[in-house]
Amino acid sequence: MATVTAPALRATLPGVLKHRAVRKLLLLALVAAVLAPLAHARWHSGTWPAALTVDLTDPLTHVSDWIIDNRDSHPLFLYFFGHISNGVVLSVRAVYLFLLAAGWAGVTALAAFVAWRTAGVRLALGTAAAFLTCGLLGMWVPTMQTLALMVVAVLASVAVGAVLGLAAGLSDRMDRALRPVLDTMQVLPAFAYLLPVVLVFGIGVPAAVLATVVYAAPPMARLTSLGLRGADKEVLEAVESLGATARQRLLTARIPLARRELLLGLNQTIMMALSMAVIASVIGGGGLGDRVYQALASVDVGAALAAGIPIVLLAVVLDRVTAAAGRGTEPAHGRPTTYALLAAAVAVAVAVRLAGRLDWPDAWTVAVAEPVNRVVDWMTDHLYSGVPVIGGTADWAGRFTTWVLDPVRDGLQGLPWWSVLLLVAALAWLIGTWRTALTAVLAMAAIGVLGVWEPSMDTLSQVLAAVAVTLVLGFATGVAAARDDRVERLLRPVLDVFQTMPQFVYLIPVVALFGVGRAPAVAAAVVYALPAVVRITTQGLRQVDPAALESARSLGATGGQQLRQVQLPLARPALLLALNQGVVLVLAVVIIGGLVGGGALGYDAVFGLAQGDLATGLVAGAAIVCLGLMLDRVTQPADRRAKKGA
Amino acid sequence: MRLRTTTAAAAAGLLLLTGCGAADMTEQASPFANAQGARTVTLSVQSWVGAQANVAVARYLLEHELGYRVDTVQVDEVPAWDALSQGRVDALLEDWGHPDQEQRYVVDKKTIARGGDLGVTGHIGWYVPTYFAKAHPDVTDWKNLNKYASQFRTPESGGKGQLMDGSPSYVTNDKALVENLNLDYQVVFAGSEAAQITQIRRFAQEKKPFLTYWYSPQWLFEKVPMTEVKLPAYEDGCDADPEKVACGYPRTPLQKYLNADFARTGGKAAAFLKKFRWTTEDQNMVSLLIADRKLTPEEAAKRWVDSHESTWRTWLS
Repeated sequence: MATVTAPALRATLPGVLKHRAVRKLLLLALVAAVLAPLAHARWHSGTWPAALTVDLTDPLTHVSDWIIDNRDSHPLFLYFFGHISNGVVLSVRAVYLFLLAAGWAGVTALAAFVAWRTAGVRLALGTAAAFLTCGLLGMWVPTMQTLALMVVAVLASVAVGAVLGLAAGLSDRMDRALRPVLDTMQVLPAFAYLLPVVLVFGIGVPAAVLATVVYAAPPMARLTSLGLRGADKEVLEAVESLGATARQRLLTARIPLARRELLLGLNQTIMMALSMAVIASVIGGGGLGDRVYQALASVDVGAALAAGIPIVLLAVVLDRVTAAAGRGTEPAHGRPTTYALLAAAVAVAVAVRLAGRLDWPDAWTVAVAEPVNRVVDWMTDHLYSGVPVIGGTADWAGRFTTWVLDPVRDGLQGLPWWSVLLLVAALAWLIGTWRTALTAVLAMAAIGVLGVWEPSMDTLSQVLAAVAVTLVLGFATGVAAARDDRVERLLRPVLDVFQTMPQFVYLIPVVALFGVGRAPAVAAAVVYALPAVVRITTQGLRQVDPAALESARSLGATGGQQLRQVQLPLARPALLLALNQGVVLVLAVVIIGGLVGGGALGYDAVFGLAQGDLATGLVAGAAIVCLGLMLDRVTQPADRRAKKGA
Repeated sequence: MRLRTTTAAAAAGLLLLTGCGAADMTEQASPFANAQGARTVTLSVQSWVGAQANVAVARYLLEHELGYRVDTVQVDEVPAWDALSQGRVDALLEDWGHPDQEQRYVVDKKTIARGGDLGVTGHIGWYVPTYFAKAHPDVTDWKNLNKYASQFRTPESGGKGQLMDGSPSYVTNDKALVENLNLDYQVVFAGSEAAQITQIRRFAQEKKPFLTYWYSPQWLFEKVPMTEVKLPAYEDGCDADPEKVACGYPRTPLQKYLNADFARTGGKAAAFLKKFRWTTEDQNMVSLLIADRKLTPEEAAKRWVDSHESTWRTWLS
């Protein structure tokens, strides 16, 4: 088929892009023509051949037993992991005791002071209000536990990330070695690696902190390296000509010049760590995440929300403060004012301490759980079924499952395994380079070798369906927001909340609306991925060169024509980035969807955690990683790599 | 130069801090325990509400009668054993029977001590809603289940009837049972108990038929009356081979377990937790207050404690 149409295309469309795409496809078709019959003859078509799988159940069970039996006696644990674990416990405890000793007033005053120093009066007031709200919701102690855990996890992530970033920024060889690792970590759903961490460190705070560090350190490393490499060459030359040593150059020029990137890295690290705080509750992280998780066990959305709001508030405050620090817009104020205000903050802390009001007073709490539950119940009762004309949400979910999810799943599982590999290769190569295509194909093959081809195809079908829905909704909303400022202003707080709200909070309403199964998993994934897609789309459309738009307008193009023929083509890189982000986020939640009947790999990961079954959990985790890698590479535009390296 | 001295000093400090010796992870408690001089007990809460009820009452009494501070951590069943053995939690108040873990931690490693009966007997089974069982009385025998398969069909179960299972942490042989009893059913895993309860209540509101894995004691029976489907009777050892199971589930007297060190040195708290023993009705009352009336666990525990003083007085003596 491809061979027949290719010459015709080449004749009518002599554009370089078409040309290259066709050549790539031709080459692939050639490879397929040789290899596919071979594969078909040697094994069989259909699902992944059993002869090509490796069963890891026995060795993994063996490893798991060995770890449990030797955890309290083997030197590796006593002298290495034991000290790490001990260090984490001690530091978290130190921070926690400090926060408790400062009392609620002291913590609030200190936080407001820091916010004022870096970002000005408005943010200081906002910060104080946020902390007081945490208290009002009756969540003071859990908030402090989460904060203590966060402080330690973020410091550790920043240290690890900065060291890795320094290495990658200064040495090209380290950069080449680290980049694929960091790229992989970026797409790793957190659920995938909780199990090994738990096995070594046991349930509890050390495991939670370490899992958070693994999750939150990569952005710091990436941005540190980026900042160091992006330093102005002329400044560096000038410093060198002054006779500075390598270390002086690093400390006085390159690091200060990379300040923006370093602070952006800190910002991202904090955000990732906070989003992990809730997932870490599954392995005993305690704090706010644990409250969310416990509330869900009794199907209490209101209580989950009461614990979720402080997380959102912490996220918003930390995001704004670190972002302001990154912009370097420090408000001008003299030293005396600074000291005076610091003294005032300390005075507040001491005064409340002396007054014996260290703990948040129980009487000052507002119960939000009940009204929220009533609203959620009302909504789900009235939307679930029997809505005239359009039918209830349950009917939609049923139809979506029968008409979209089932055919896509059956189609993917029914395709011959080698044709799936071929499809992946073709897509990845068309959008990216031969390197990305190769990685994607290898990742896909690894899934087959691990022996989880069928569940992976099931998960993949959910991801594809969710991504399609997300893109349709996200692009539509993004276009609307880009065209009208009012829409964007209205959307911004909503997007902020949905992006930081722990995914666990909306798992239950989603079940109440769509029932148990794959449909609610897809719905939750759409809700989670939508904000990022909307945001990137809006930004991309807005950054389109105004001159291009102006000239289109002067040629008499209508609004729709401008959008289709100027804005969308020019914003193509942003749209591809939105697709890439959307895919990665959707995968993360489809996995968590194992908790609401999504089945497939997500269920296996949850099962592994719940039963302490390393063989099931680790294999599912590895398959999830491979799936993430494949999806990321397939949607990775060719120029992303070049830009990142700059 | 200054940098180097600082680094050296920091390294020396770290070595001093860790004491250079062995650091046994099984001896490390939660960093949030014993803050501000309070004596703390850390209890494991499993994800189901019955377990929350046990913990709520134990916590209320520990805090108000014995002056402890109580931390709770939500842990799944099997990892809870591991956490208990490491001292991350001090006590586990409701265990549904894990012979492998018991052999490993109680008998071999001796890091966990038995804490006695909880007083509640647990039973797992298959259930249909009572409104459906009344209309079709023969559905309560497994032999007739295939006749009704088409009525239990959902989009998730494909062409077969749906048997809904819950959290992956629960003990279940359902996949093998469906196979070995030749039932025309598909096991659909809800993935968590919360999701399963939400779905059951939805079905009940619509008066739809459904077949679900469920267990008693469970507060949901008071809201959605359900009737058990008789499976082939349980006999000792009939579930030995997980692939070939063709019988129902046993009745299990639920057990308490304590961390071995805590059991020895835990003082009044350990003694109290060993004596803690109540009935199915008691547990259901508290569960229902928490899960259905949406009281906080503390308020729910207070109501029970206020009305059952004679019961809990004996635990304190």
